[in-house]
Amino acid sequence: MMTRINERLMPARNATRRRLAKPFGLPFGLTIGLALAAAAVAGFGLSADHAQAQQTSEIKLGIVSFLAGPAAGPFGIPARDGSQLVIDGINGGTIPSPYDSKGILGAKIVPVFIDEAGGSAKQVAEFRNLVQRQNVDVVIGYISSGDCLAIAPVAEELKALTIFGDCGTPRIFEQGSYKYVFRTRSHAAMDNISAALYLKEMMPNIGRYGGINQNYAWGQDSWRDFSAAMSVLHPSAEVTTKQFPKIFAGQYSSEISALLLSRSDVVHSSLWGADLESFIFQATARGLNRRTQLVFTSAEPNMFRLGDKMPDGVLIGARGPYGVYAHDTPLNRWFRAEYIRRHDTPPVYASYVLGQAFLALKISVEKAAAANEGNWPTTEQIIAAMEYLEFEAFGSRVNLALGKGHQAITETAVGRYKYDEAAGGATIVDIKYYPAECVNPPEGAETVEWIRGGMKGARCD
Amino acid sequence: MLTAIAIGVDGLVYASWLFLVAVGLTLIFGVMKILNVAHGSLYAFGAYGAATMVGIYTQAGLAPLGAFAMLLVAALIVGVVLGVVMERGLLRFMYQRDEVIIVLVTYAAFLVLEDLIKLIWGVDPYYASEPYGLLGISEISDLVFSNYDLSLIVMAVVVGGLLWVAVNRTRWGKLLQAVIHDREMSEAFGINVSRVYTVTFVVGAVLGALGGALTAPMISVTPGIGVEVIVLAFAVVVIGGMGSVPGAAIGSLIVGISRAAAVHLLPEVELFVIYAVMSGVLVLRPQGLFGQTFAKRI
Repeated sequence: MMTRINERLMPARNATRRRLAKPFGLPFGLTIGLALAAAAVAGFGLSADHAQAQQTSEIKLGIVSFLAGPAAGPFGIPARDGSQLVIDGINGGTIPSPYDSKGILGAKIVPVFIDEAGGSAKQVAEFRNLVQRQNVDVVIGYISSGDCLAIAPVAEELKALTIFGDCGTPRIFEQGSYKYVFRTRSHAAMDNISAALYLKEMMPNIGRYGGINQNYAWGQDSWRDFSAAMSVLHPSAEVTTKQFPKIFAGQYSSEISALLLSRSDVVHSSLWGADLESFIFQATARGLNRRTQLVFTSAEPNMFRLGDKMPDGVLIGARGPYGVYAHDTPLNRWFRAEYIRRHDTPPVYASYVLGQAFLALKISVEKAAAANEGNWPTTEQIIAAMEYLEFEAFGSRVNLALGKGHQAITETAVGRYKYDEAAGGATIVDIKYYPAECVNPPEGAETVEWIRGGMKGARCD
Repeated sequence: MLTAIAIGVDGLVYASWLFLVAVGLTLIFGVMKILNVAHGSLYAFGAYGAATMVGIYTQAGLAPLGAFAMLLVAALIVGVVLGVVMERGLLRFMYQRDEVIIVLVTYAAFLVLEDLIKLIWGVDPYYASEPYGLLGISEISDLVFSNYDLSLIVMAVVVGGLLWVAVNRTRWGKLLQAVIHDREMSEAFGINVSRVYTVTFVVGAVLGALGGALTAPMISVTPGIGVEVIVLAFAVVVIGGMGSVPGAAIGSLIVGISRAAAVHLLPEVELFVIYAVMSGVLVLRPQGLFGQTFAKRI
């Protein structure tokens, strides 16, 4: 006997459609089937509630990630693969404790994968399609900050529970307030604050620093946060040059000349994917890495592919405690081993962050059900259970401490790259971890103002 | 002083790359009046073909310098195969149609080819960076240039020179000029216009693929690289005048130097400067710098 959870999860959203198509809230045949089953169960002396908790159900999830375009290779496909792995783990009950029960409250996850390529307007249309026509119960995903900013108000309008997996902009919950939207990873500010903190220990006397970041929201925000953190942590250091090439430019000959001439002690970059790799090929051939300390805040997904083409000594960020920075826990051991078994390569941070969104959903639904006498919770009950949730993810702890309990904070880490043939190729050395409360603003603070104000209240011990 | 040298060299390198990428597009337009949107795909196929061949060659452990030959061979194979298939299999049925229809047909071909790339190579990046470091570096005080980048200047001059000689000093070039002038009259005089079109398209396709193949060692070859290039190539071709090879050269130089100057002096406007130059030229000469004379000069 199969029934779909969304009929119960989202009564308000589906009320009109259900009234038209399904007078009793369920398809006619299914209603009859359920009635017969309930009668049969009652005949064996079991309660109706017990029957509901035991029944086989399914939960339909829309999963959005880049499956095409330049972001697919470095982020989108690893995110999809991480999602699929966690879905299979939840459905099969193979994830270690505390996620070792089968399904989400026994319900099997049915994924609907959607390509994030095509821009925000297309994504809004795809989101409406997922929610209103494909009747998914929850939407999980999104890598691009632009897409997250566009989707959040639509999710709120449709009262559709949506968990952002990977996008970085702090603006979502700092400039808006959403009931139906969550983000189970930290926003991007900590990537740059932690880099500046690492440099403070490693190179306390930085005199000059520059940057090369893509000319769109991600690159501009990253440079803004990094330079703000540097002005607090390295007040005497001066900015030499700030390069903003077009996204997907591929050609950085002039920018590299400008960086060489700038004689910077440090060059910061949030370049990602193919742009980062192209920059590395061109910059290392011209010796930029030998003259300056390169800081790549998002390079972890690239290091395994690049191997010895990634220069030793550059600082590498993974946008959180993911991938090489994930702690050695039973959950992480399972996740890494299973991912490597399936894909013959280690999981990168995009795989981790999207994967942990499913854990947040599972734990919230089950927590809400426990408070609801074991019955399936409503969307509002799930939201109440997810707000301010703290949970153990794959190698790190996630705390939804900001944005009125909708925005996660995590610790983060930075280390230096070292290509070590004996140790299996790409490795990170001199790793330093920074607690969540050290590199994330407190609740209610606006990130940029908080950094510029000296990061008051940061707890780094 | 060093900044001035950097602007000059960076500008020349970028201009050379732009010229190599755009010259095939303008050649095809000059002769056939086809705005070939699929030029971006030819570039991308050239890059993927080169990355694949260099990868195979490198793994075979053969002499490293031979990797450069692989770049040229890849461009030739990709250009000839795709050029013949596109011209004989698709475009020749469209010559009687309106120019706008042909643009749409090439756009459709572009979409098909982009998906074909994903089918063949997937979405993971390909590298062919071995040749990039083989030529070494040149140093001027604090400035370090990759000799591979500098070799692009030589390649652009060679390609431009060969095209000039082919068009102005050979029998094929004279036939080409006759067809550009007046297609019907050329047919009346017994010129096989259909063959001229095929040859021109294939040469244009090889040049597009060559642009991609020569770029492959500098970049991470990923889906979508053709989209970025076609926009730049259009900008250069429009500045120089549609269909003019000298126009493409001058357009590339103007864009290259302007962009390098922006990067070194005012990096915030780098994104804007190419389109500012294009707008400025179009305001003064809507037909582009060499727009009126292309029919005689190509």
